[in-house]
Amino acid sequence: MEPSLASYLALSGILFTIGAVGVIFKRNALGMFMCIELMLNAVNLTFVAFSRYYGDTTGQLFVFMVMSVAAAEAAVGLGIIIAFFRNKQSIDVDEASILRN
Amino acid sequence: MVGTALFFLFAGFAIMCAISMVYHKNPLYSAISLVGVFISLSCIYITLAAPFIAAVQILIYAGAIMVLVVFVIMLLNLDDDTGPNRLKYLYTLGGGLGVVLLAQTFFIFYAVMRAPNVPSDQTLSAGKTLTIGQAMYTEYLLPVEIVGVLLLMAIIGSVMLARRLAQPQLEIVVERESEIRHDEQ
Repeated sequence: MEPSLASYLALSGILFTIGAVGVIFKRNALGMFMCIELMLNAVNLTFVAFSRYYGDTTGQLFVFMVMSVAAAEAAVGLGIIIAFFRNKQSIDVDEASILRN
Repeated sequence: MVGTALFFLFAGFAIMCAISMVYHKNPLYSAISLVGVFISLSCIYITLAAPFIAAVQILIYAGAIMVLVVFVIMLLNLDDDTGPNRLKYLYTLGGGLGVVLLAQTFFIFYAVMRAPNVPSDQTLSAGKTLTIGQAMYTEYLLPVEIVGVLLLMAIIGSVMLARRLAQPQLEIVVERESEIRHDEQ
């Protein structure tokens, strides 16, 4: 007796919701970054679950692609955060308002 | 039966860790909680007969990306998040978004309940490293190459971002501005 496909999708949806709400609630850039990673992981879970229930390797292959993109995002995003901290001495995203008026 | 028990164990652990990640103000606690989410998701991948993805999840996410994040947290020596001084409507917006997404999740849950939910036996070969590697280097060769180029771009971009920019021009502008202010006074 294995859990149904629906329970995997529900877990994935709950994790995605927590991540999406966290992106809005968090104020420091690192917290938002980690919430985005959580959302990417929730999507990966749906890929693997569908791959299991439909017997297709493609889903797992695309999980691999998503992970590569997440690694690239981590490298560039953390570089941006460090550059921002160097200018503002803070990673609060409210400080990033230099383009406003 | 064991599969269901394991699923609910790791799902509960993942959800608790995710909530604690959003709840904690200290970025380091958030990072540790996120590692908990990654590890429990990796265990769920093993129960889904995807050992390669589980291993890669531990290696890339819990290993590489989170070490990088913790390294940045230590490097910047951050304080806790201070109190909310942000636009108030964002809280209602976030709450509304959360409610909508949760409603969507439960809709999907009930919509999929009726679909055939028995994992097919042929899937057992789908998670093998051999199968994934063969698909990666024959059928999906172009996406793999594109990901390689993307990673190269990320490397170059992060080096460009992390190097210290040439400051003199900026200083000249600042000096001129202070001179102008002196003249005005």
